[in-house]
Amino acid sequence: MTETRLASTKIGARLNALANPTRFLELVARVLPWMAILTALLFAAGLTLSFTTEGDYQQGDTVRIMYIHVPAAWLAMMCYSVMAISAIGTLVWRHPLADVSHRAAAPLGAAFTFIALVTGSLWGRPMWGTWWAWGDARLTSVFILFLMYLGLIALNRAMDDPSKSARISAVLILVGFVNIPIIKFSVEWWNTLHQPASIMKLGGPSVDPEFLRPLLIMAIAFTLLFFTLHLMAMRNEIWRRRIMAQRRLAARIASQDSAS
Amino acid sequence: MKYAFYIGTAYGLTATAILCLILWIWLDGRARLKELKALDAAGIRRRSTATTGPHSSAEQV
Repeated sequence: MTETRLASTKIGARLNALANPTRFLELVARVLPWMAILTALLFAAGLTLSFTTEGDYQQGDTVRIMYIHVPAAWLAMMCYSVMAISAIGTLVWRHPLADVSHRAAAPLGAAFTFIALVTGSLWGRPMWGTWWAWGDARLTSVFILFLMYLGLIALNRAMDDPSKSARISAVLILVGFVNIPIIKFSVEWWNTLHQPASIMKLGGPSVDPEFLRPLLIMAIAFTLLFFTLHLMAMRNEIWRRRIMAQRRLAARIASQDSAS
Repeated sequence: MKYAFYIGTAYGLTATAILCLILWIWLDGRARLKELKALDAAGIRRRSTATTGPHSSAEQV
């Protein structure tokens, strides 16, 4: 009984420690090199597998595009989910690191969505016979996701006061979250060129292990890359805010001095 | 390799986009760190870490 209480207070203390930006920066400095090394190793393994495994009997070698397209598309949605959780952190707990988190994630999400769109288009041209199809629900919903990322970046940049823009962005992020299940289930709800889910589904993946292996390693590598870059971008944002606060303080002291 | 153009372009563009992203975040961090050091050198520190009174040193800015 007392042990569980002790354990829960320990967890609570750790979470509180993480809430402190200075502690957060210390933690980032410690884990970042390891994350970067692990990401590089996974990419080396994933890329080797991507080009040494066999081609598909129907898609031929273009199946290799899938090893970057699928992880990028997965990150495009995961990044938005990370932002939605951070947005709840901003609105419910008013957590300052949550503001930093969703602001830092938006450009990353835009980049990975862009990669997913471009690689998809480059696969679609030889396989489907078209670069793009507006009638396809998944293509259109992912394109909307890309526009939402761009809109959030523009909004964050347009407002001077980061705490004010954080709350407005948080509301918009949560409203836009409706798009994520639409993207995920678009292949089942509408007739699209995309195949239905073949990896995250009941009864296990229906993809041959020959393709699944490079795909999973690349997915883990992409995910780790995202978290590494997210931590770096969050650290930059914390530094940016400290610089702003210190400049403001200096200006205030200077104006007080000149007034007296 | 059949369709080498599509595969090459897909990998090439992905690599370019990711490298640009890494470079941008890394350069941004370096620039911010430089600014923080410059502020620190000018005697403007965070209130919690200020050892000397910021009052006199802030006038240098």
